[in-house]
Amino acid sequence: MRRRQMRNRILLISFFSFSLFILFESCSSEEQINYQRYYVNGKGLYEQHCQNCHAKDGTGLKSLYPPLTDTSYIQSNKNQLSCIIKYGLNTKIEIAGKEYHAEMPANAQLSDIDIAQLIVYIGNSFGNKIGYYDASEANADLKNCKF
Amino acid sequence: MRIFFIFLLAGLTLQGCKNETKSELPILGHREPVERQVEGKTVVDTIYQTIEPFSYLNQDSTLVTEKDFNGKIYVADFFFTSCNTICPVMHRNMLNVYEKFKGNPKVKFLSHSIDSKYDVPSKLKKYADKLGIEGTQWEFVHGSSDSIYNVSAKNYLVAAYEDKTDPQGFVHQGWFILVDENKHMRGAYDGTKDDQVEQMVADMQILLNEKKTNEK
Ligand code: HEC
Repeated sequence: MRRRQMRNRILLISFFSFSLFILFESCSSEEQINYQRYYVNGKGLYEQHCQNCHAKDGTGLKSLYPPLTDTSYIQSNKNQLSCIIKYGLNTKIEIAGKEYHAEMPANAQLSDIDIAQLIVYIGNSFGNKIGYYDASEANADLKNCKF
Repeated sequence: MRIFFIFLLAGLTLQGCKNETKSELPILGHREPVERQVEGKTVVDTIYQTIEPFSYLNQDSTLVTEKDFNGKIYVADFFFTSCNTICPVMHRNMLNVYEKFKGNPKVKFLSHSIDSKYDVPSKLKKYADKLGIEGTQWEFVHGSSDSIYNVSAKNYLVAAYEDKTDPQGFVHQGWFILVDENKHMRGAYDGTKDDQVEQMVADMQILLNEKKTNEK
């Protein structure tokens, strides 16, 4: 009798952990799929809206346009990227040890999902590695613009 | 027999390749035949379009005229400093070409601003500084809008004019125009396209090697 109970318990536990595993797996692979979709779309948007200034390889253009290769700037300003993209930027900033003071135009027409896709692309190219960034995060970040 | 055909084919292909590498550049623009009499016979000369005399202020507020380009080949283009569409791409490419010919006394660059209201010499200076350009090998010039639009259309055959319906206020094309020592146009390249800019570099080399034969 006791043995049977034991076996049932073991079965239950393994079933439970197995379903947990499946759940977790499907979640992460959904994020994986989203990540890939965002990255590819983001690349297209980058070519359309950003590449002329920041260059194909993200190196910018001398002191006229800053590079997007300053990984620590991108990492620490992850939550401001949406604001920079949507509303533009016109302050003094230091990128890769160099000072820039120029004007980046706004992209008011871009939707939250466009912005998130752009961030997934630039945030995981040119040496950057900030991982996934969702449209809902863009939506939230756009309510807290600092610049 | 088969071997023979293969050789023939290879020979023809090589021949085809050879014809593609041009060693002479055409003279662009309009031309006029002019007749003159030589020892009782009629000889027809061709007068090619040349860049007309000009005078502008550069980034150092110094007067720049066509004389500064005598005996040199140069690349001309049209831009404005606040342009955020094709200009950054053009000047990223132009900068690469400039780096290749930097210090060569026979090569110059001439960028005309088409925004005469905003791009006064001090603005051009700031722009040149930010692009890392020193000296006068690459001139950024300011002129009245009439003279610039006239020169772009008439001399360099490039469209550039003000347009209130354009989001940036100007219509202009991203051509790089290659001009030889005799102020004849020898090539036009889309300054936003890598392969065309590469072609221009090759053509500049051809011009530098060209003997001054067309001088009349
Ligand atoms: C017209 C040229 C231009 C375009 C187009 C442009 N930027 Fe910028 N960008 C700038 C300039 C200039 C700055 C620096 C602004 C300053 O000094 O305040 C900048 C700054 C930035 C920064 C912060 C500094 C850095 O280098 O990391 C990011 C991130 C950025 N841009 C991303 C983008 C993205 C993404 C796009 C496309 C949606 C874009 N930019 C389009 C000119 C441009």
